[in-house]
Amino acid sequence: MTAAIDRRSFFRLSAVAGSLVLAVPRQALAVIAGPVEDGAAIGLFVRIRPDGRVIIRTPSTEIGQGTSTAIPMIIAEELDVAWDKVTVGMMTGQMREGMEGPLPPGIFYEGAGGSNAVRRSYAPAREVGATIRQLLLAEASAVLGLPLDRLATSEGQVFDRQQPRRRVDYGKLAAGAAVRPLPKGPPPLKSPDQFRIIGTPQPQKEARAVITGQPLYGIDQSMPGMLHAVCLRPEVVDAQIATVDDKAALAVPGVRAVIRLPAIAPGALYDNSPLGAAVAVVAESHWAALKGRDALKVTWTEPALREDSAAMVEAGYARLTGAGAVPVGAAGDAGAAFARAAKVVEARYDAPMVAHATLEPQNTIALVTAERCEIVTPTQRPSLCATTAKAITGLPLDRIKITAVRSGGGFGRRLSADQVAEAVLIAKAMPGVPVKLLWTRECDITTDVYRNGSAQRLRAGLDASGRIVAWQHDVATQARRYRRSDDQSDKGLSEGEVPVFDAPGALVADRAYRYAPIFSAVARGSWRAPGANIHGWTEQCFVDELAEAAGADPFDFRLAMLTGDAVLGNDRDRYSVKRLARVIAELKTRSGWQGRRVGKGGAGSKGRGMAAHFSFGSYVGHVVDVTMGEGGAFSVDRVVSVIDCGLVINPNGVTMQNEGAINDALNTALSLEITLKDGVVQQRNFDSYEMMRMDRAALRIETHILPSDEAPSGMGEPSLPPFAPALCNALYAATGKRIRRLPIRDQLA
Amino acid sequence: MPITLKLNGQPRAWSGDPDQPLLWFIRDDAGLVGTKFGCGIGSCGACTVHVDGAAQRSCVTPMAAVDGKSVTTIEGIGKDGALHPVQQAWLDEDVAQCGYCQPGQIMAAIDFLQQNPSPDEAAIRASINNLCRCGTYVRIARAIQRAARSGAKA
Ligand code: FES
Ligand code: FES
Repeated sequence: MTAAIDRRSFFRLSAVAGSLVLAVPRQALAVIAGPVEDGAAIGLFVRIRPDGRVIIRTPSTEIGQGTSTAIPMIIAEELDVAWDKVTVGMMTGQMREGMEGPLPPGIFYEGAGGSNAVRRSYAPAREVGATIRQLLLAEASAVLGLPLDRLATSEGQVFDRQQPRRRVDYGKLAAGAAVRPLPKGPPPLKSPDQFRIIGTPQPQKEARAVITGQPLYGIDQSMPGMLHAVCLRPEVVDAQIATVDDKAALAVPGVRAVIRLPAIAPGALYDNSPLGAAVAVVAESHWAALKGRDALKVTWTEPALREDSAAMVEAGYARLTGAGAVPVGAAGDAGAAFARAAKVVEARYDAPMVAHATLEPQNTIALVTAERCEIVTPTQRPSLCATTAKAITGLPLDRIKITAVRSGGGFGRRLSADQVAEAVLIAKAMPGVPVKLLWTRECDITTDVYRNGSAQRLRAGLDASGRIVAWQHDVATQARRYRRSDDQSDKGLSEGEVPVFDAPGALVADRAYRYAPIFSAVARGSWRAPGANIHGWTEQCFVDELAEAAGADPFDFRLAMLTGDAVLGNDRDRYSVKRLARVIAELKTRSGWQGRRVGKGGAGSKGRGMAAHFSFGSYVGHVVDVTMGEGGAFSVDRVVSVIDCGLVINPNGVTMQNEGAINDALNTALSLEITLKDGVVQQRNFDSYEMMRMDRAALRIETHILPSDEAPSGMGEPSLPPFAPALCNALYAATGKRIRRLPIRDQLA
Repeated sequence: MPITLKLNGQPRAWSGDPDQPLLWFIRDDAGLVGTKFGCGIGSCGACTVHVDGAAQRSCVTPMAAVDGKSVTTIEGIGKDGALHPVQQAWLDEDVAQCGYCQPGQIMAAIDFLQQNPSPDEAAIRASINNLCRCGTYVRIARAIQRAARSGAKA
């Protein structure tokens, strides 16, 4: 398999870089023959030091999902070096017009999102490693005076097949290899049975730096002469600045400037995220800036709408079930099928908006001068930061430098660049002075691009044998794309918002889907497993209800639907019914499932539940065991997970993501929601936005990864969607009470 | 009168705002950034340091409260470049995902283990209340037990 490569963009890149125009694969490496004193850089990806240590850099930003280890593993595999000689880093480079960070678009996945980094980088990463290995072999052939076909590689050395003790270290060959012409055609790749690194469990490469407190994160960075900024925002969403009295603020020792930042309309500067009005205080320290902020006297205008989120949800649901619903997909004749059905089951499910609450609050360092702009930021999308800075400063991209650093959590929050825009606006008002903008936790929670909430109606018709013969799924939501309160159409409804491809609905011949908007003035964005994080819950809980209505076991009921070779989904996410069925069948065996039992609730009552879902390339099923405590509290005693994510790069990374996503999903289902009353976001810090601690966490998680020869897919998201439904189904088994509204909080009390 | 304290064994003097939280002294003035900011209200524990050996949330500890005290941060727990045994346990269990909470988790765990040298899981669950947004609790609990088995003390 070779990467899809656009030749013209490579040539353009090469011309811009002022290098020789070389053959195609070399351009995939992005040609910069580096200085030799610290080892030879072979393209942007790999640097080999004279002592044989290898530094591998990737353009996918690390947010805790493990790709800074997984992608270098792929490159190191084909390069044929010892994994313990490898250190990893983020690729930095000059932004250019039409590029994704330092690379032409479409080669590697830049940034972090959609569980894309591994699945979209696997093929090109292999090619990068294999091509550099070819260059090293060619150099060895010249140095040793031996024909290429007598040479082979092993663990960072080239050796003579006939006299295996004749060996040369890569470190001695790298400088020569770096300036060699590229071999023609795609390089030979290993066959999977030759893999020595791929498929082995590896710890995260940066773990030691993390646990010794090294300056890895955005918040840890600095520039000489840097000042610190914080922002004061209106309590009421969408209020604008009316008056500012900054006398007292400017009198606070260390405060240097107060800057008014009017609201930015969606689409005005970058992407389509809006950013509310704020007054920034810039000072010599973060603490002085906070004191200056507290001394500000600002009055705000009254916005057109003071949102009450609960009322908005009810209005949206009324629209959905009344005349205002928009059809977004149908097959067959659902109306007739419902009329024929022996039994019709209907349920309403509600999930709230939630915040990302990355533990590292949003922050960015920006420096703007008349000639250039420099940005250091923890981001999931470096090139969006660049286009944002370009829109604000008017500078061309080749005058804008983005240093993307490790993020203290992402979960989709850092796919937006509103915080970068704010930092650049402040820095632009203070030309020549680097400014670090740091959002307080209150600012971070109330100025998020929230996961949209949703009120859904699911209906299914069962025939006399208990098969689903009619399916209707209606979704009212604020919609993920960052629309404002006055937009009433379904324009901008993004794919996946209404789950027209999900099983089992998509396997029912007669089906219909509808959508209605819930108005909201707050911004929405991508939150770990967008779309699936709610639909996985509603569908998999509803299927549990259907299985019960049909008098069937939840495993058997699903497996009876998931027969045949159908491939569902769209171009980006195709999923095979067969692979989903395999996960469910394996889950049944490995969890020791013995049929459903419904308990009476009350302390000591136990329950088991299951769910399985496909999202973002991978198939995951969980069985959850719970025990009820006093007052509706419960403990999660055990989780058994079965995963099909194609060929596994790093099983340890997959297990970590599974454990983390389960606890993220548990936390969210237990207690998280963002609500607005009278235009004010009600949750402000971890006292009112209750993040789970170890006392309620799931600590016993068994992760089973199924062997597969399919192309690798990512695991940053797919374990999350099936957890909340497996949990709610277990709670039903323990108590006989269905959870149809999240968060769970005290519903079982 | 400036405030005087020891930071990782080194004497320091501070003559700024006595209300300034210790966290910002450590990060912005001393330039030790392993201690993290997460909430500023004493809830998440990302800013956990030791004051006279006891775990404390530095974001709600004013400078005035550490006058004459000895403060240890994540940068100060290893001896002569070697890892503290609790850090080693964290590496062995490969705990960190994003890693942002982990320095605070380790500081909390060291103090906890000093008082509970061989804790069971229930004691760990009940006592360690630092937030991990990435949900690495499975491995935090395991690493604390591993450190206890290896006899880790401060
Ligand atoms: S930053 Fe101190 S407890 Fe959260
Ligand atoms: S590892 Fe990310 S917050 Fe704990």
